[in-house]
Amino acid sequence: MFFFILRRLGQSLLVMAIVSAVSFSLFNFVGDPVNNMVGQDATREQRIEIRQQLGLDDPILSQYTRFLGNMVQGDFGLSYRIKRPVDDLILERLPATLELVFVSAVIALVVGITLGIYTGIRRGTWASRAILSVSLIGVSLPTFIIGIALIYLFAVHLRWLPSSGRSGTIDFGWWKTSLLTVDGWRAIILPAITLSLFQLTLILRLVRAEMLEVIQTDFIKFARARGLSERAVNFRHALRNTLVPVITIIGLNTGGLIAFSVITETVFQWPGTGLMFIQAVDFVDVPIMAAYLVFVALLFVVINLVVDILYFIVDPRIRLGG
Amino acid sequence: MQNTDKPMTRWQRFKDNDIVWSFFHSPGAVIAATIATVVILACIFAPLIAPFDPFDPAQISLWDGKLPPAWVDGGQPQYLLGTDNQGRDMLSTILYGGRLSILVGLAAVCLGMVLGVTLGVVSGYVGGVTDAVIMRIADVQLTIPGILLAILINGIGRVVLPLDMRDEFAVYVVVLAIGLTDWPQFARVTRGATLVEANKEYVQAARIIGLPGWLIMLRHILPNTLRPVLVIATIGLALAIIAEATLSFLGQGIPPTTPSLGTLIRVGNEYLFSGLWWITFFPAIALVVLVFAVNLLGDWMRDALNPKLR
Repeated sequence: MFFFILRRLGQSLLVMAIVSAVSFSLFNFVGDPVNNMVGQDATREQRIEIRQQLGLDDPILSQYTRFLGNMVQGDFGLSYRIKRPVDDLILERLPATLELVFVSAVIALVVGITLGIYTGIRRGTWASRAILSVSLIGVSLPTFIIGIALIYLFAVHLRWLPSSGRSGTIDFGWWKTSLLTVDGWRAIILPAITLSLFQLTLILRLVRAEMLEVIQTDFIKFARARGLSERAVNFRHALRNTLVPVITIIGLNTGGLIAFSVITETVFQWPGTGLMFIQAVDFVDVPIMAAYLVFVALLFVVINLVVDILYFIVDPRIRLGG
Repeated sequence: MQNTDKPMTRWQRFKDNDIVWSFFHSPGAVIAATIATVVILACIFAPLIAPFDPFDPAQISLWDGKLPPAWVDGGQPQYLLGTDNQGRDMLSTILYGGRLSILVGLAAVCLGMVLGVTLGVVSGYVGGVTDAVIMRIADVQLTIPGILLAILINGIGRVVLPLDMRDEFAVYVVVLAIGLTDWPQFARVTRGATLVEANKEYVQAARIIGLPGWLIMLRHILPNTLRPVLVIATIGLALAIIAEATLSFLGQGIPPTTPSLGTLIRVGNEYLFSGLWWITFFPAIALVVLVFAVNLLGDWMRDALNPKLR
């Protein structure tokens, strides 16, 4: 157990080292950092002074170690465009993204697992077939098209829900939540559904496939032969054994949700980190791009690590084999 | 036993091929292939089929802008699907846009495939440190979601280019960004297949007669790893088309002067609130149909190539 986690930890550190190297080279090779910090009419002396302040004339390796040191402390310098510390900007926008991701993950999980179990147990009914066909379409639909369609239907046509932005926020220190007011929920529901649909279909298909496979195994037949109720067989025995791959997918998909929040946030103008990233790419705001890259990689690494450890707890076979 | 007497003609061998057989015996695959072929052909031959040339200023008049589809009140019969904000015929723009989307998707998948398969075969055949390095890089890349990486590479690519060349080379930058993000899948699968093949007797035989390593990889191992690669390539094509559309929709991809489907949807989205639904709706439908058909093909191919399911 200990060595297993240690090895995973080593791999995670390697990932972070490579990602931080990429993000460091972004600073050095994309655009001229000095040009981005001073105006067009800065004098030669001012430029040289800033170069020295930033330590751009130091050897590349010492620049990298300094970058790493700052990174560990969450310091990515000032945004070129907004001239404010990048870590503040990210922290400010993080609650919006996390709430969006949280709500969509709940939707995807609850609806996905429920429909997955249903279509797995009651295969061949017309409802199962309909759900499966719709889910295939769901996989083919790009996120932004789902977003546009929902906006057109519920915001432009029916006028039930707002089409963009986040509203009804309540402050808790630095965390602004929109989950406590009706307005906030009205604003979050469309982006959350948009973001969840793709993951929902994935979870649905996975749970269904796993259920179909598990139901054919001997221990399920034996459970039936023992005369256990249908309910006990399906949920106590079958569902439990489908959970290992489902946990993996859920873990990896939380990362996917964060990635696709870039698209969803742009479609709905949701003021989260994804929208900030896209705007940063538009304006070549390197500090934000670099910080976001490191931030996402860190999230992924942590999630993967948690998933691996969960495996250990859920599946005794891995525990014994490892 | 009759086959041994008389050598089969090429056509017979083609008909007896298990993949071809399975194709003609699954209606879903035939329908998907038909839709995919029709859509892809229509897009590729856009200059011949399209009623207008959306890039010819002489054929565009702003007076005809924002016309609804022909069957709606106010529509004109020569513009079947209506016109966009600049007075371009929607049908023609979609055909040309779809053409660009397909070309970008194909080019990106080819780039990813060539890169991934090459690295995968080398990784599996050579092994050792080379293998470890290539696979670690693939692992690291797989931790970051593709679309984010594509946005990043694309953003960097555009910055590196001088201002006046950005629009001109935008297409190549997008191809590069998507191609560079999807190679790890190819590399992993090819490596797995190579590991299996490399221990088989025919490879050992080739080694014994003294063929150089690159020739063994190219002529003996590569052809035997291509089946699973084909499946990934089809699904990858759908994903690449979506990725291109997403980049363009986010305003990071192909510029509006030579629109792809994603660019068209982006432009149309700005007119959605004023009720001009057709400027977004038709390109979106075209994109969905295209991706859906390619996905169906991929689904069928995965089943057909998986001997367990047969």
